[in-house]
Amino acid sequence: MTDATILSGEPAVAASPRRTPRQAWLWLGVLILVLVLPWLFYDWHTGRQSGFVLSMLSQMGMMVIFALSYNMLMGQAGLLSFGHAVLFGLPGYATIHFLNAAGNGTFPVPMELIPLVAGFAGLGFGIVYGYIAATQRATAFAMITLGLGELTTVAGIMFHHFFGGEGGISTDRVINQSIFGLSYAQSIQVYYLIVAWTVLAALGMLFLTKTPLGVMANATRDNFERARFMGYDPRTVRFMQFALSGFFAGIGGGLYAITYEIVTYDAVAGTLSANVVLMTYIGGATFFYGPILGGALITLLQSGLSLLSNAWLIYVGVLFIGMVTFAPTGLAGMIEAHGPILRAGRFGRLLKPYLRLSVPAIATLIGFAGVVELTSFLTIGEAQGKHLVLFGATIHARTVAPWLVTAILLIGGGYWLRREIHAFARVWEDLTADLKERSL
Amino acid sequence: MEIVLISLLNGFVYGMLLFMLASGLTLIFSMMGVLNFAHAGIYMIGAYVAYDTSRLIGFWAALIVAPIVCAAIGAAIEVWGLRRTHHNGHIAELLFTFGLFFIIERGVQMIWGMLPVPYRIPTLLDFPLFSLYGIDFPAYRAFMLLVAGVMLLAIWLLLTRTRIGLIIQASLTYPQMVSALGHNVPRVFTIVFAGGCYLAGLAGVIGGNYQVTEPAMAAALGPIVFVVVVFGGLGSLGGCFIASIVIGMVQTFAVAIDGSLGDLLGPVVSWIGTDNLAGEILSIPISRIGPLLPYAMMVLMLVFSPRGLMGTRDT
Repeated sequence: MTDATILSGEPAVAASPRRTPRQAWLWLGVLILVLVLPWLFYDWHTGRQSGFVLSMLSQMGMMVIFALSYNMLMGQAGLLSFGHAVLFGLPGYATIHFLNAAGNGTFPVPMELIPLVAGFAGLGFGIVYGYIAATQRATAFAMITLGLGELTTVAGIMFHHFFGGEGGISTDRVINQSIFGLSYAQSIQVYYLIVAWTVLAALGMLFLTKTPLGVMANATRDNFERARFMGYDPRTVRFMQFALSGFFAGIGGGLYAITYEIVTYDAVAGTLSANVVLMTYIGGATFFYGPILGGALITLLQSGLSLLSNAWLIYVGVLFIGMVTFAPTGLAGMIEAHGPILRAGRFGRLLKPYLRLSVPAIATLIGFAGVVELTSFLTIGEAQGKHLVLFGATIHARTVAPWLVTAILLIGGGYWLRREIHAFARVWEDLTADLKERSL
Repeated sequence: MEIVLISLLNGFVYGMLLFMLASGLTLIFSMMGVLNFAHAGIYMIGAYVAYDTSRLIGFWAALIVAPIVCAAIGAAIEVWGLRRTHHNGHIAELLFTFGLFFIIERGVQMIWGMLPVPYRIPTLLDFPLFSLYGIDFPAYRAFMLLVAGVMLLAIWLLLTRTRIGLIIQASLTYPQMVSALGHNVPRVFTIVFAGGCYLAGLAGVIGGNYQVTEPAMAAALGPIVFVVVVFGGLGSLGGCFIASIVIGMVQTFAVAIDGSLGDLLGPVVSWIGTDNLAGEILSIPISRIGPLLPYAMMVLMLVFSPRGLMGTRDT
């Protein structure tokens, strides 16, 4: 088997089993929820939607596009890129220049189509970078993309033309060119622009998985030598997949530039490249909708958890490692595993084991979070002069009691959890074996 | 002339430090096929543990304790982490170490704080060894060279003169065959992983006070070490050594050179002008381009010759 075993353990991404109308309704429901959600957080005092919710949802849209475009490489072609932010940030830079040109009237393109222009910029960068990166596969590909990403980041900091140096470049998105006569001064208008382009980009990428190119990408992932024997050049497949991934990442980068009106080297840097790996993998690289889950979840954690905890990245890191070790198909894979049981109407039998599992799981989680938070309060929290307050009582990290409680929760809960997991696995195996027998 | 000599010495010291990190990484990478992202994180842990030990006991104790702590962490990572992801393929292992690096980086920030810690060189070695054209060469750098040299000799003896060394060497080139001959390859993996982490920890002890001990030190050095490993080639410690010295020299010399790319090209510059991106690239001093060079070298090497300088097989 090739290095891509892990990404091909489950049936191929493209071969989503007969999309039932029920699933289509589900996605329609998600779309309606996304459209309505800002109005649920409407603030009557200011007469506006909650800025926090709106910016979080906007960020989610961009990250969903970005993660989906990354999955064109990771999940569908088995290519691990550690410099994907380049294809997000560079079109972002370009978009700032487009917007500036549009602002002074030399670039007559309506706002609604600016993300498309950014997409073509991304396609251009994808062609240039892809031509270099596609020469190799597997680890060598990962290293080339890492090198290209670092090169671009350093260049972004160093050069003032195009990149604007360390300060980045900024723009004003009110360009007064719009098909619908909108000014895009309010963030709710930008949000709907993001939603529209997220849906279009997602549909575009879904369509690509059904094309011969998408299928060949899967083939080169699973067995690149055999794909070669069939007369396809894996390098060309990699190149085309990379360039097209650049197109969609570029749409995301363009929306980023429109939303924040500033792009700095952060948009091409390693942190964002690392984030997209986490998002895609945690969401599930083997299913098309996995990155959507991952992008939304990580953005939620990023905006929500980072306010509560200094150490939120530790939780994301542990979640990621846990996924790599125990659930390589990600969240989407875990959901899909329940599919046959749900269809057979046997989910009821899992309810009790799940409940039994959740008690020690929550205890372990609290214990772990307690240890992490107490440690972080000894150093970072103290340096920032913060106090750990729980249920109205201040907890002192330098006393023994909180450490003892968290240690008991972590170790005791962990031990109990192990036993429950074994019990759960037995029920699960019985159930799946039973279902298999019936279907035969 | 004096710039050349001094840069040569400094480049050699930096190159040896890189080699201490890269030798362990290249052994792990060649044998297990895992490019260990967490390796630079182990280096950082080594530096921080050395800081704590040298504060409590002394620097010489740190030289013993910190690498052993790192080796223990490495063994734990291999036995409880990597071995479980092994059956999922190399990409899973790569991602595992990638996530681990994330956790190590944040964990270090949590335990030791976000700011640099005052990890200083021992007073015993805090004097200029000799003076070259009026510039002092610190005794500590000579000590670093000594430690790196002893380590180099020890690895060489271990790999060529002992039984386990022979097995490791054989596993570098033919891992499946070694396993087929009935050797306990997983145990060899653990030993190599722990050994590589030991070397990274040692590099942390002597590199932490040569550079700055701060949470960003791993992210700064990690990619450079990858460059060394890729540049030197898989399965070759000799190539790794040459690559370390070359990258060390390139980085040190780039800082010392005034002038820009444009100076070499001469009349082309005036034709391009300076008020555009191409002109800016040409007019920027080489000392500032320095950080770019290793990555450019790595990308070019991978594109044109993925085997590296002296590798025995493709990356």
